[in-house]
Amino acid sequence: MIELTDVHKSFGSVEVLRGVSASIRRGEVVCVIGPSGSGKSTILRCINGLETYDGGTITIDGVRVDRASRDIKSIRTQIAMVFQRFNLFPHRTALENVVEGPIYVKGIKREEAIQRALELLSRVGLGGKANAYPAELSGGQMQRVAIARALAMQPKAILFDEPTSSLDPELVGEVLTVMRQLAEDGMTMVVVTHEIRFAQEVADRVLFLDHGTILEEGAARQVLTTPQHARTQEFLRRVLTPI
Amino acid sequence: MAKFFADAREFLPILLQGVWLTIVVTAGSLVLSTLLGMVWALMRVSRLTLLQRLSAGIVNTIRGIPILVQLFYIYFVMPQLGLTLTALQAAIIGLGIAYSAYQAENFRAGIEAIDKGQIEASESLGMGWALMMRRVVLPQAVKIILPPYGNTMIMMLKDSSQASTITVAELTMEGQLIASSTFKYTSILSMVAVLYLVMSVPLILFVGWLERRMQQAKR
Repeated sequence: MIELTDVHKSFGSVEVLRGVSASIRRGEVVCVIGPSGSGKSTILRCINGLETYDGGTITIDGVRVDRASRDIKSIRTQIAMVFQRFNLFPHRTALENVVEGPIYVKGIKREEAIQRALELLSRVGLGGKANAYPAELSGGQMQRVAIARALAMQPKAILFDEPTSSLDPELVGEVLTVMRQLAEDGMTMVVVTHEIRFAQEVADRVLFLDHGTILEEGAARQVLTTPQHARTQEFLRRVLTPI
Repeated sequence: MAKFFADAREFLPILLQGVWLTIVVTAGSLVLSTLLGMVWALMRVSRLTLLQRLSAGIVNTIRGIPILVQLFYIYFVMPQLGLTLTALQAAIIGLGIAYSAYQAENFRAGIEAIDKGQIEASESLGMGWALMMRRVVLPQAVKIILPPYGNTMIMMLKDSSQASTITVAELTMEGQLIASSTFKYTSILSMVAVLYLVMSVPLILFVGWLERRMQQAKR
């Protein structure tokens, strides 16, 4: 469904992606791991057209992703994104955050959108917080609202950009639980994460990215427990036993 | 003091006519400068290089010419180009254009202060530029823009006195006319000063209130 073919991307003289190719199938959960600066987030941002890319192609169901093209808006309504820092709209309540896209972008009737949004908020465990503003919510709650906001667009896939990296450790679990549930429901997910255990349990496939190339990829269990490449082994050792 | 009150009874009604024109000039140019300023600001933050440059050029030109010269230009030069305006119209248009540059800079600063994450979130929902501005950026930018906007209002109230240079009989001009014909400079100009204070102090308090509310909203 999402196809990346030999994608290159530079920021000035720094080449962040050096020929990344990957294919994500419908219903698949793919975790992208790797050291910081390896280009993990950039891949997600290119898939959603938040960044341009310099070479190669990215397609969603055969339609090329191009930040400058007219199709980009419709592609973005099909591929939702969840950000590291939530990026909720602070001037709107949890409910208003969730209905914003459906009402103003997709043109769904207000009552219908609200009905669905309330269901989604309950699904992420925030049925009672519909009228709370982001400032009144914890980090974990904000991220769950952000996930509900993404789901409200009824996307074909959701991209998660380090969704738990700016959370206090005790709040990570509640977000991962929601994501695990989504995966079980068959949502196509691409997750950039440092949560190796989550990747092990939930991912169908893991990509290990280093210096802008996919160094190793395969079934989650295989890459995470018996990595072939020395760089992968060292990265996992450092992430799993930091001290 | 008794003399002052006697003068006040005699001349205050005339001065109040001036107050009325001061308010008309201020309100008119405030509306015009806000509208134009918003246009310049939106051009500046748009994604079209041509519009950005055009806006920067307009704002710099307006900022680089004294307000008095702009007023004279509109009042004395425009008629020669075939556009005759009353003094009041010329004052409102002149001050409105002159202040639009400062309004634009304030609006732009407010818009650019919005976190980049907000823009990315809007884009990732499939919003276009206009929808994002209307639903996400501007509602948040207003809170940042308002306190300096209030200060601009106060400056415009006082700078409306420049309309006197193109014969608009607003407060300053009325005061000057009465004072120079009666030689009662002390009482007349004191009254003028007090009348300006009476108009601007509420605005000053309003701006202070806005700033305090802004602080609370930040949390």
